[in-house]
Amino acid sequence: MSDENRTLRFQIFRYNPQKKGDKPRMVTYEVTEAPGMTIFIALNDIREHQDPSLQFDFICRAGICGSCGMVINGAPDLACRTLTAKFEDGQITLLPLPGFELIGDLSVNTGKFMRAMSERVESWIHDVEADDVNYDKLEERMDPDIMDEVYELDRCVECGCCISACATKRMRPDFLSAVGFMRLARFHLDPRDKRTDEDYYEIIGDDDGVFGCMTLLGCEDYCPKDLPHQTQIAFLRRKMAMVK
Amino acid sequence: MNIIYTDNLIIGGGLAGLRVAIAAKQRGYDSIVLSLMPAKRSHSAAAQGGMQASLGACIKGDGDDEDVHFADTVKGSDWGCDQDVARMFVNTSPKAIRQLSAWGVPWSRVRGGDRDVIINGKKVTITEKHEAQGLITARDFGGTKKWRTCYTSDGTGHTMLYAMDNKAIELSIPVHERKEAIALIHEDGVCHGAVVRDLVTGELSAYISKTTTIATGGYGRIYSVSTNAIICEGMGAAIALETGVAPLGNMEAVQFHPTAIVPVGILTTEGCRGDGGLLLDKDGYRFMPDYEPDKKELASRDVVSRRMTEHMRKGKGVPSRYGDHLWLDITLLGRQHIEKNLREVKEICEYFLGIDPVKEYIPVRPTQHYSMGGVRTKATGESPTLKGLFSCGEAACWDMHGFNRLGGNSVAETVVAGMIVGEFVADYCQDNDLKVSTSTIQHFVKKQEDKIGDILTRDYGENPFQLKAEMQKIMMDKVGIFRNGPDLEQAVEELKVLNQRAKKVALRNKISSSNPELVEALRVPKMIKLAQCVAYGAMLRTESRGAHAREDHPERNDRDWLKRTLATWKDDGSNLPEIAYEDLDVMKMEMPPGSRGYGVDNTVHHPDTEKRVAQIEKIKADNPAADRHELSQLLNSTQIPEKFKGKNERIGRGYK
Repeated sequence: MSDENRTLRFQIFRYNPQKKGDKPRMVTYEVTEAPGMTIFIALNDIREHQDPSLQFDFICRAGICGSCGMVINGAPDLACRTLTAKFEDGQITLLPLPGFELIGDLSVNTGKFMRAMSERVESWIHDVEADDVNYDKLEERMDPDIMDEVYELDRCVECGCCISACATKRMRPDFLSAVGFMRLARFHLDPRDKRTDEDYYEIIGDDDGVFGCMTLLGCEDYCPKDLPHQTQIAFLRRKMAMVK
Repeated sequence: MNIIYTDNLIIGGGLAGLRVAIAAKQRGYDSIVLSLMPAKRSHSAAAQGGMQASLGACIKGDGDDEDVHFADTVKGSDWGCDQDVARMFVNTSPKAIRQLSAWGVPWSRVRGGDRDVIINGKKVTITEKHEAQGLITARDFGGTKKWRTCYTSDGTGHTMLYAMDNKAIELSIPVHERKEAIALIHEDGVCHGAVVRDLVTGELSAYISKTTTIATGGYGRIYSVSTNAIICEGMGAAIALETGVAPLGNMEAVQFHPTAIVPVGILTTEGCRGDGGLLLDKDGYRFMPDYEPDKKELASRDVVSRRMTEHMRKGKGVPSRYGDHLWLDITLLGRQHIEKNLREVKEICEYFLGIDPVKEYIPVRPTQHYSMGGVRTKATGESPTLKGLFSCGEAACWDMHGFNRLGGNSVAETVVAGMIVGEFVADYCQDNDLKVSTSTIQHFVKKQEDKIGDILTRDYGENPFQLKAEMQKIMMDKVGIFRNGPDLEQAVEELKVLNQRAKKVALRNKISSSNPELVEALRVPKMIKLAQCVAYGAMLRTESRGAHAREDHPERNDRDWLKRTLATWKDDGSNLPEIAYEDLDVMKMEMPPGSRGYGVDNTVHHPDTEKRVAQIEKIKADNPAADRHELSQLLNSTQIPEKFKGKNERIGRGYK
């Protein structure tokens, strides 16, 4: 933080589809930088002191919930944990994540997309016996290493940055995308899910699934949680190619 | 008028709300879950450290059971909790965690054999039992006798919430996102649902249901710095309060977590200290053993927060532009441990502080963290005075936490209460019909329409953002970790003024659809009412209990204050809540009041305490053959729902 009192220049995408006659445009706001300022703090400052109509989504403001994905100077990322000090020239352009329905300004409907994704990949443990488990008894033993690995793949926060960074998704509107592949990889690894490769093939064995990926790997580059998208997509593809 | 009917309306899509919806669905009743955002973004996801369940699989949990968990919980609550509820909770928690395991939570597991851990600042080798290999393991947490906090790295809440929401999706439970319940619909002491505002279109709808469950989390955001998500504004509790019928319980019981980072107040989990992290002062000196030689950094949260504050008041804090702070040192845990078991903490340190906690100390300070108070309920989760209104999780004062919650008992409560209350919600659906007239519905919707209309047409008035900031500052300065009469009296007076000013909010952006300023204008007057319940309750409670610490009344006073505060707001024009009290019956306590074992015991005892102790001794002497289950039944005959009555199995011990 070389200059604590410098003025930041935000260029923010504005458009409210609820308002008749409103047109998409970029609006400039100036904010005096404070020490440790994040985009979360700056946007709230703008809303409170300059334009109370500005729409954006923050929930945890700690990089945990995945609400605040937006395109920050050309790159999708979580706004809450992006420090303004990172931008040397003090120019910050903010756009809503592409690939999602726009709610207004910087707010997009990731919820609808993610629910549909979860339904499509059936994002739950498939085990016909699961509902008959007697929970008074010791739980089923699990390999500690496998559980740790499942957690690694379970860390996705559904922020949507991988969707916005995906060129295949731009060409194929129904492309499942990295978030869906990661979810499936997570259940594929989990011994409690009894689905077979053939079952998974039914979900991702086509061009809207894992064979459609052009391997540009924007997902890998922009995942805020550094999830191993490249490895998992390659793994799923190999598994699916082996299904007869 | 848009009316939507369902069996159960669930307000809040976090762990507790989703679990109630699942329980009802499994019994054949439909629910609609309302959520301010996608359910997976709920604040439950931010729980890092873990969930308490007495599985006793790891070697340091050996000998643990429901009774030990019960004793820790009651002591932790400073005897302020409802012991019937605490008993139901500890008995059900092992089942809840095992169910979540079957639903896909990747709980960290026991590895048989030797492993190095840090205990009391020193490296120690412990040997896990080989026969426990692959069972759910646990870590140490504050205020617990055993290592009981089960976890997945430090992303426990995240993995639990994802498994829970996925289960809800599997069961096709609808979640209506970006919807806010702004008022409850009720008549003649029965709740019929809520008036709901669509945060995108601004449209008002009436959701009409047999039962309504408030599961909206805590009210931490009435303070300017809080570890809570920014949506934790207590709106569920507020709409219950505004019925004038449903009381809120123990609102003055507010917990401060010892280790939030400075200045932004983001949490670093208690797991940091549970795993061996230390608290250091400006001289790099480990001060906690001086204050609490027994539990040190792992004393109960309220105790550690107070000791830290005391130490900073002695000039031992590290000065910074954001005021004094202390250091949390986890460097001694080593890179491998931090990157595996404390990786969210590491990310937070890197992004928000620009430091590497493997090598550097973390600047921390006690910060508002948890609301023990909330919608008062019976053990069934139902409001004692408004039929059909249920509440669970942090939003509720079900009251297993009393005046201080133990770390790891919060996410545990969400899922356990969700299971138990969900059964009572289903029972209610089974036994009751939906009877409500459209004119009643119309009346409640119209009231909200008029209110919004007034706000949108007022030309000049108060700025809601500014009112909120003023309220938050009052709470920070005068209703904090240490409290005293004069400050609290001032806070109560100042909040009264804010309450009146909040009736004249005006907006710059006068549109009824998606409008963050309007959202604020609707919420802030409600938040001020909650703040008033907290401040006024704190002013009246002239004793210190758990997290409520009065400098002018440092003793816990069971004789006069072994009771729960109930706040109601009967007259909307009033500028203060009405306060009443509900006695806790010592003669029914399984564990009569005693000392928590911190600092000097200056408790003023209740006259019944000695009697009850003698009575329990006699019951024990009269039943020499009773095992611990039978004894617990003799001392506390709480009715646990049939489904959850079974004894819990443990490794090496069976069902004993």
